[in-house]
Amino acid sequence: MKNSILVLLLALLPFIGMAEGYEIGDQASDFSLKNIDGKMMSLADLSDNKGAIVIFTCNHCPYAKLYEDRIIALDKKYKGLGYPVVALNPNDPKIEPADGYQEMIQRSKEKGFTFPYLVDKDSKMAKTYGATRTPHVYLLQKEGTDYVVKYIGAIDNNAKDATQADKLYLADALEALIAGKAITKTSSKAIGCTIKWHETK
Amino acid sequence: MKRLLFLLLLSFTTSIVQLQAQDIQVIKKEQLYQLAESSPEGKTKIINFWATWCRPCIEELPAFESVNKMEQVEVHLVSMDFIEELDKKVKNFAQKKALNSSLYLLDETDLDPIITKVNEQWSGAIPATLFISPKGKITFHEGKMTEQEILSIIDQP
Repeated sequence: MKNSILVLLLALLPFIGMAEGYEIGDQASDFSLKNIDGKMMSLADLSDNKGAIVIFTCNHCPYAKLYEDRIIALDKKYKGLGYPVVALNPNDPKIEPADGYQEMIQRSKEKGFTFPYLVDKDSKMAKTYGATRTPHVYLLQKEGTDYVVKYIGAIDNNAKDATQADKLYLADALEALIAGKAITKTSSKAIGCTIKWHETK
Repeated sequence: MKRLLFLLLLSFTTSIVQLQAQDIQVIKKEQLYQLAESSPEGKTKIINFWATWCRPCIEELPAFESVNKMEQVEVHLVSMDFIEELDKKVKNFAQKKALNSSLYLLDETDLDPIITKVNEQWSGAIPATLFISPKGKITFHEGKMTEQEILSIIDQP
């Protein structure tokens, strides 16, 4: 009897894992999502890269806005080193009109985004990855043709003032990957906006 | 005479405003941990994390204000707004909405360890709410809540 319960639990384990999204070491799913230039984009489209910085973010959230300049700076610095930023907006514009497709194009122009900004249709990738808030970062490293999750969480530890941040979680993780060293802190939490999930039909 | 009347009226209105608007206590993490430690005897303590910039937070505030009227419930609203926004935004908001729950503003920036300590399940997204039952049972909820959802947690044995 005990054994059968154990077997049942073990059988359910992958599903429990699925519901909670990715953990460090998991293989990240690729996607094909509409970019603000109207074209579809996948991780597979990236070339000469060693990985990718996938960031769930959006237009409306004040905390996401506080990090826009930092995300641009990270992309500029690490794209050349093989880790470009790919931003995904998982929010339903029916709930948050500021997060519509036209508004995404507009925001990208205003801020001069140097990275793709994709519509995460039906919040599907946010669900798959396990993102809960904006901004929410998944640092991926390419292993063969796979992308493996190496770091999950915040960009740094001071949303208000980048110059006062004394823990640069994401940059530290990137530096470790580039140096071929182990990442000291593989996950972190920060305040952010809840994802405005698309209603599932 | 007119002037006297004006002054009288002014002092009267100020006192009403003072009656309605709760003071906002600026707290550090130690005080937050203390607040989240236990519930008063026979009561459910609710600690809700919100901010003036967070729309779902503002939408659910009336539900928390409503359950705060219950004898066996104590609601504490912890604003995650920056300290610089205290006077301009948070106090104004609290006054305008005449909030009756206990009000705080958490003045901290290095939030990763704090979020985890408040509750392992908390990802950092707000609104987020912690319930401490009279017996000390902890229930955590991330995301907007309805009054019915709040009541169903309060009613748990």
